[in-house]
Amino acid sequence: MSGAAIVMMLVAMLAIWGALVVALLNLRRSDHSASE
Amino acid sequence: MSAVTEDSGKSTDGFASRKVFILAAIGSAVGLGNIWRFPYVAYEGGGGAFIIPYLVAIFVAGLPFLYLDYAMGHRYRGSAPLSFRRMSKGAEGIGWWQVLVCAVIGVYYAAIIAWAARYTIFSFGKSWGDDPEKFFGGDFLQAAADPGPTMDFVPGLLIPLIVVWVLVLGILALGVQEGIGRTAIILMPLLLVAFGALVIFALFLDGAPKGLDALFSPDWGALKNTDVWVAAFGQIFFSLSVGFGVMITYASYVNRKTDMTGSGAVVAFSNSGFELLAGIGVFSALGFMAQASGVAVDEVVASGIGLAFVAFPAIINEAPGGALIGVLFFGSLVVAGVTSLVSVIEVVIAGFQDKFNLSRRAATAMVGGPMAVVSVLLFSTTGALTVLDTVDKWINTFGILAVAVVSMLIVAHVAKKLPVLADSLNRVSSIRLGTVWRVVIGFVAPLALIYLLFTELKGLIEEPYGGYPQGLLITFGWAVVIVIPLLAFALASLPWRDKSMTDDVEDVTAEEEVR
Repeated sequence: MSGAAIVMMLVAMLAIWGALVVALLNLRRSDHSASE
Repeated sequence: MSAVTEDSGKSTDGFASRKVFILAAIGSAVGLGNIWRFPYVAYEGGGGAFIIPYLVAIFVAGLPFLYLDYAMGHRYRGSAPLSFRRMSKGAEGIGWWQVLVCAVIGVYYAAIIAWAARYTIFSFGKSWGDDPEKFFGGDFLQAAADPGPTMDFVPGLLIPLIVVWVLVLGILALGVQEGIGRTAIILMPLLLVAFGALVIFALFLDGAPKGLDALFSPDWGALKNTDVWVAAFGQIFFSLSVGFGVMITYASYVNRKTDMTGSGAVVAFSNSGFELLAGIGVFSALGFMAQASGVAVDEVVASGIGLAFVAFPAIINEAPGGALIGVLFFGSLVVAGVTSLVSVIEVVIAGFQDKFNLSRRAATAMVGGPMAVVSVLLFSTTGALTVLDTVDKWINTFGILAVAVVSMLIVAHVAKKLPVLADSLNRVSSIRLGTVWRVVIGFVAPLALIYLLFTELKGLIEEPYGGYPQGLLITFGWAVVIVIPLLAFALASLPWRDKSMTDDVEDVTAEEEVR
């Protein structure tokens, strides 16, 4: 794989799977604030 | 007793928890398109550079549109026709338009699942032999020489298709939580494990890096090409199951106090996360194929039916542990497909259940029976493939896209309900909908989709789709998409069995806030 391809693969993984993790954390946080 | 059961106006059924709703919504969004369409669209649309238009499309069209659907179901608590009716008396037809689009999709989607189920079994013995392409069109589909419907039934297509219908209608007859919810709870983790195993396996194949290089090498010049942006919007739009009633229906089964926008973000990024995984798996396998045949990756790239039923069997023939790859790949298609099919048919069942005040089982039988019959008549014969291909193309473009645009414009500019809908979600949700959301739904998203619609229209007028005869395209393409809205407004004009149902429901969350 070329360097550019590796970088873009990591960018895509970080952006999309990272966003999923952030979305899950946000949902968990909103649970906590709702129950307070 | 949950809020859902008190004010939905129908049977005491809804998702038992937010988690079940999210799993069911992911099950609906993650379908065949994630596996066999996204990898190709990304590859064609600039490879690694495609991530930019793709992310823009998620934020500019995908999430806002998903929230619109959620808001409709969450605020008006009904099937698509009932939700639109409660929003505005004249808008009920749009809900029926969505219902009928779903009915058509269900009829042919079931056939693809049946084929994938058959291929899961074929994988054990690589029954397709040395020439998978010849096998698919010949021994398997026994495709007629002339495109179009026939009455020559193929037992190998008929039996699995009947099995799929019995299974899916059985799930739906059990109800929202017991049927749809439970299926999602079992199948979604299974899909992740099976597909995850497939991807890991594919990554270790010789040539996998070559495939990933082809998928992720960025072509920055592609970003100047409007078609690439249109493709990104199209992929997000079709992949998320927005705009044709599914998410309205599912959102109506959720407790009123559910954080809808927070849940929607999880659904949207799970859907995209799965697509990315599919891209990695599919291109690793294609890289292996290219290496094994001594050709460049661009010579083995495929999508859709060609990828699944021709390219993958060829890969399975060559790869070490091919049978396992086959079972995981086709099994994943079946699982992803079943949860999507369930959601599409639920839109139809819920619509008829509300309007004619039917029990769950009666509605399932009344709706599912005729759909299954049409499905079997059209798609277990030697004419299956060409009819399926035609209906799919037209219903995606002039069914889903058209009704999505019309519904957004009517909600935003005729009924002017965006502020009401935003309020309804904002009271209970973590991600707030403000001016940006209203501008996107009122202007940006409809304009992007109208552009997409015209691009498709131009293409279809310039040359006959698939090189098929005009008679086929008119009957199973144009006629279908023209009759649907007409029939929809006819259904809307019929009286409601229980007239009190069409009254707007109280906004329970608003009341509680006042207290």
